[in-house]
Amino acid sequence: MTNIIEELEQEQIADLTAEKKIPDFQPGDTLRVNVKVKEGTRERVQAFEAVCIGRSGGGLNSSFTMRKISYGEGVERVFPLYSPMIESINVLRRGDVRRAKLYYLRGRRGKSARITEKQDWRRQKDKKAAAAAASQPVAAAQGEAE
Amino acid sequence: MRVGVIVQKKGMTRVFTSEGGHVPVTVLDLAQCQVVAQRTDQSDGYTALQLGAGVAKVKRTSKAMRGHFAKAKVEPKRKLVEFRVAEENLIDVGAMITADHYVPGQKVDVSGISIGKGFAGAMKRHNFSGLRASHGVSISHRSHGSTGQCQDPGKVFKGKKMAGHMGSVRVTTQNLEVIKVDAERGVILVKGAVPGSKGGWVLIRDALKHALPDEAPKPGAFRLSEEAEAAASEAPSTEIEKKDDES
Repeated sequence: MTNIIEELEQEQIADLTAEKKIPDFQPGDTLRVNVKVKEGTRERVQAFEAVCIGRSGGGLNSSFTMRKISYGEGVERVFPLYSPMIESINVLRRGDVRRAKLYYLRGRRGKSARITEKQDWRRQKDKKAAAAAASQPVAAAQGEAE
Repeated sequence: MRVGVIVQKKGMTRVFTSEGGHVPVTVLDLAQCQVVAQRTDQSDGYTALQLGAGVAKVKRTSKAMRGHFAKAKVEPKRKLVEFRVAEENLIDVGAMITADHYVPGQKVDVSGISIGKGFAGAMKRHNFSGLRASHGVSISHRSHGSTGQCQDPGKVFKGKKMAGHMGSVRVTTQNLEVIKVDAERGVILVKGAVPGSKGGWVLIRDALKHALPDEAPKPGAFRLSEEAEAAASEAPSTEIEKKDDES
């Protein structure tokens, strides 16, 4: 017998991700999270742009923490990954970090709180795109040759 | 009064709502909950339904119980419970109760055997605050304080809250909301925590302190075995009744 709770959670994940795609991201990445905000009866989307300083939980219960300095004040916000309040998540920048939890950023400001960008991320992405583009004509050419 | 059901607690999870919130829920599995016997006014002096749930091994079932199950034409059950019901809510023996017996939004009372904590001190058992950390207190930081007065009354009153065995008692949590029912898989999701450990047997009843919603099926939502259904279809008048019940 399969685990009924796991089944229910997987179904919910499938339901919640049917309309939006959740990108692959890691601690250290700079994200833009578009959050639905309700004002009375009106609903609008508000962007929250910050560094992801940690991910926690697994499956349906996973969440992530974001941190930014807003008007000189540190702001941290925790989002459930599969929350329906999140309209979309965009990865703006991949950070090069060696920790799973970047809590050390809490004690830092300015220059020392910077995160270097992952160098080969764009290159890898370009490479992947190029490979995908290249493989198609090759496959087609092979098909013709046969 | 409608019949309750026997369910097995599977564990907890969460349900995201379309409004953006999420609700903590306990997953309760119906585990082949079937009517095993009827108690009627004429034969027993009260009206009730005996329900059974779970699957018991035949070789582990006593001969007497095997006979009892054979009479009802049901598989041997792990757990047997009687529910008092009103006479019009009696259900045929052998009927399999389905999850849509309850409707989402309905309030229910849930009882189970709480997790045993063993011999627990007064702080854990009765939320006493204990003694101070310093100011001359030695060794007895987690003890209860005084247990009474002096020579008059000269005894500790009965029922005084003290250390002792905690948990492993029947606990009923009232007015839990039904969030979702899945008749196909036989699963009921109830908002919040339910007494007992995972895998423990739990009883669900309609809430005592809330009116039963009109949509709730009466006498209940159930599936009859194929033989019983064939018998019912021979007598057309009863069939109509049963269809009404199931809808």
